[in-house]
Amino acid sequence: MIQEVGTTEQGELVINLGPQHPSTHGVLHLVITLSGETIKKVEPHLGYIHRSIEKMCESLSYRQFIYVTSRMDYLSSHINNHGCALCVEKGMQIEVPPRAKVIRVLMDELTRLASHQLWWGAMAMDVGALTPFFHAFREREAINDIMEETCGARLTMNYMVPGGVMADLHPDFQKKVKEFIRFFRTKIDEYDELVTGNVIFKSRMEGIGYLSAESAVSYGCTGPTARGSGVSCDIRKLYPYEVYGQLQFEEVTATGGDCFARYMVRMQEMRQSLSIIEQLIDNIPEGEFQAKTKAVLKLPKGEFYSRVETARGEFGVYIISEGGTTPYRIKFRSPGFSNLSALDHMARGYKIGDLVAIMGTLDLVIPDIDR
Amino acid sequence: MFLKKYISDVFGAVRSLLKGMRLTGYYFTHRKEIITQQYPDNKEEMKLPERFRGEVVMLHDEKNEHACTGCTACELACPNGTIKIITKFDMTPEGKKKKALDTFIYHLELCTMCNLCIEACPTDAIKMAQNFEHSVYDRSELTKKLNKPGSKIREGVE
Repeated sequence: MIQEVGTTEQGELVINLGPQHPSTHGVLHLVITLSGETIKKVEPHLGYIHRSIEKMCESLSYRQFIYVTSRMDYLSSHINNHGCALCVEKGMQIEVPPRAKVIRVLMDELTRLASHQLWWGAMAMDVGALTPFFHAFREREAINDIMEETCGARLTMNYMVPGGVMADLHPDFQKKVKEFIRFFRTKIDEYDELVTGNVIFKSRMEGIGYLSAESAVSYGCTGPTARGSGVSCDIRKLYPYEVYGQLQFEEVTATGGDCFARYMVRMQEMRQSLSIIEQLIDNIPEGEFQAKTKAVLKLPKGEFYSRVETARGEFGVYIISEGGTTPYRIKFRSPGFSNLSALDHMARGYKIGDLVAIMGTLDLVIPDIDR
Repeated sequence: MFLKKYISDVFGAVRSLLKGMRLTGYYFTHRKEIITQQYPDNKEEMKLPERFRGEVVMLHDEKNEHACTGCTACELACPNGTIKIITKFDMTPEGKKKKALDTFIYHLELCTMCNLCIEACPTDAIKMAQNFEHSVYDRSELTKKLNKPGSKIREGVE
């Protein structure tokens, strides 16, 4: 039995952060053991928003289960849907038309930008700066408008179907995206001016929450969390899917391993996403946006795995099929869960005030952890 | 040496703070940068995109006719059991029995606006409407009957 509150025999204080604490970005519950102000142990308690999505998917058909994954990592819902669609296509051996591939990548990168923007605002708010939150939401609104026009929804798009995308691009899409790129290129410099160079922000971030490359690998961290420690783990580079293999972009890594390194990785990733969108926006091939598929999808007997790079790291979909219309078993490998497991290691020895900054740079989305 | 670094650190810190404050001051004095929409007051001029998913509606023309054949493709496509279709048998002029729609029941409270029913419909009988203000005083009002009373299937739709 874990003691949840009070003092231990060694005179260490046990306190609870959450599950209703605003800085935990949801219903994350941390039991922290403190010696004075120094963190001795952090124990995340999960399950407050568990909806058994994996079990639920077993009773849904291969077209239907995609929408549920939007509810896991709701900030990169489009990329989650992409991973599921890829896995079904792999099993069915559906050839996706080139236009659909480009549309998917464009939407992925817009989602990644929106997610990183929100992270930037929330991160700055965690360490005490209130204004950046409003700046971030202003830019995110522009992306949401683009999404709303083409996909029909702002957060849980469900724009992916096995074999392509649900609808063609809106006629204004290219114009609006170009406008957004011009607008956001100036704003991202403002981000740097407002937060990155700020002396208070730097002293809250530099040298805090150190994670070495070895422990990042052994805890299974992916995404910007691991790349901040110098681990090369970008699925877009290592296992290119769709058109990522033909694009010119850099995998951003930093070697610091502290909060500031992770912060800088995400800031640079925003610029890389912008450059990917710029490369594709004028080169969308003509043609079908959806491959012709059967009305009822049946995966052949076997096991299928596909992975994509979400804004938080590697998202994997593992389907075991018995040959029917519904999967026998589905397992989702969500990036947030593995990244959270490194929190205890990262936070030990630092002060309790730093814990919120460390959690901010992990970019936790709680429904992604609990599923 | 230590003193020199200390003083330059202090000046650097002050400069970085002033830089941020300059940006905040710019937005404070430039009202045209404000993009907030005054939502309940701008209801008349507010336009949502055509594809926005608010709720499922059934299209009726001026003769009170719809295009739903009662094939239950939408019911099967729905992941949440939002749609329930009750069919009946109509008599054709030749005296044959023909399956037709009796009631199209739509549970708005279960709907996640995933658009799969609209994709599945072979005759484009249903579409997504842009209405998003769904508050009602009683939960039973959220269970809707989509085909209008007295409506029948449009001629020529199979």
